[in-house]
Amino acid sequence: MKRVLVLGGGVGGTLSANLISRQLKKEIAAGKAEVTVVDSTGQHVYQPGFMYIAMGGESAQKLVRPERGLLDGRVNLVVATATSIDVDGRTVELDNGDRLGYDQLVLATGSRIVPERIEHFSEEAHHFYSPTAAKKLRSALDAFTGGTIVIGIAGMPYKCPPAPLEVAFLIESELRERGLRDKATLHYCSPIGRAFTIESVSEMATPILEEKGIELHTFFNVDEIDPAAKLVKSLEGEDLHYDLLILVPPHAGAQLVIDAGLAPAPGGWLPTDRHTLKVGGRDNVFALGDATDLPLSKAGSTAHFEAPVVAEQVAANIQGRKPAGKHASYEGRVMCFFEVGDGKGTLLQFDYDHPPKPPKPNRVWHLGKIVFNKTYWRTVPKGRV
Amino acid sequence: MTEAVTPTATRTIDARGSFCPGPLMELIRGIKEGQVGDVIAVLSADKGSKTDIPKWVEKAGHRLIGVFTRDGYDEIVVEKMK
Repeated sequence: MKRVLVLGGGVGGTLSANLISRQLKKEIAAGKAEVTVVDSTGQHVYQPGFMYIAMGGESAQKLVRPERGLLDGRVNLVVATATSIDVDGRTVELDNGDRLGYDQLVLATGSRIVPERIEHFSEEAHHFYSPTAAKKLRSALDAFTGGTIVIGIAGMPYKCPPAPLEVAFLIESELRERGLRDKATLHYCSPIGRAFTIESVSEMATPILEEKGIELHTFFNVDEIDPAAKLVKSLEGEDLHYDLLILVPPHAGAQLVIDAGLAPAPGGWLPTDRHTLKVGGRDNVFALGDATDLPLSKAGSTAHFEAPVVAEQVAANIQGRKPAGKHASYEGRVMCFFEVGDGKGTLLQFDYDHPPKPPKPNRVWHLGKIVFNKTYWRTVPKGRV
Repeated sequence: MTEAVTPTATRTIDARGSFCPGPLMELIRGIKEGQVGDVIAVLSADKGSKTDIPKWVEKAGHRLIGVFTRDGYDEIVVEKMK
């Protein structure tokens, strides 16, 4: 019996488990292979929807569904938290005391927010990286009647790179609609030398910031928050006053993979081969999604396009053959929508060798994002797109 | 700037497996953790680093000792000033 163990029931874990089980259906039917997903809650959360709790009237309940309903019937689901990984012994220990052995391990352990790494973050800064925080931000925006809003990024890398820019654009639109725009000053702080990591996207976004009167501050790496003076201070020596502070919290990989010696602290990102998605040169350990150290967006879309490659690699190992076909190697493909406010959006499509060429923002791409969010449950986790 | 002499670095950050803005973020972490007077060398194979890092160093008020072209990568040496 060959055992495939997938840690994590997010986009990457769910989709790769489903695709692996399809590729191994004969082996599973013959009792020669099994695929198991371990997930700590048994609930699948559509995280891109969090931003819309703050910005678009989305409800947290609609963003959660049972993981079991998204998994292929051939995949086993264990609802428990993995507490340790023994790579040499090829076992994973769970918080219920069970120990699961594996022949192939898929690490879809995602990323987590670590706001505690910046003093006063939790009491002063709003964000939209959890349903609770997003609701709190919505309340703060509802109560806002004027003043200075600072939007920034308190650590890289982070989930959904366009999100803070999108939030800046959407807030600006909202303030105009509410007749508050002339009473508000908006600042957007980027840790690097431009508005966005990818140059072509930066070239698209910078004129929109200018047009909307949002002041761009580059090389602004959040160092300190002074709650008494209401100042956010950068490592580069710039201080900005805020009435409403919205910061992407620092992110890290799972503590589990740091403790297992698979990923270096404090970041915790798994050293992953950019094409095979193997971790640390091991032939039977793979990673995808937010958990990797690849120079790509930490986004469901990345996991979506990586999952078929992980599935092909794992299936090939079990079937004793070389990976073959169009999913033998990952070429860095990512595709995501990008909101610019006023009911308009654009589309970012890129890979390792081809930077995005975002089309001029229009209503179609905004609607595309809304439709994608609604149809996600029936398409992505089940491998239908 | 190309020189054969390797400056004495207090710490070397090998960011050659990382891509923009990874090497800059690694340097920023090194600067935050370091002491005033530390000399930090960043090794980067990303072509953007030799322009991005000097711009950040200027804005952040540190001192750029040099950008050295090595075999297949650049070595960017920075002194922490504050």
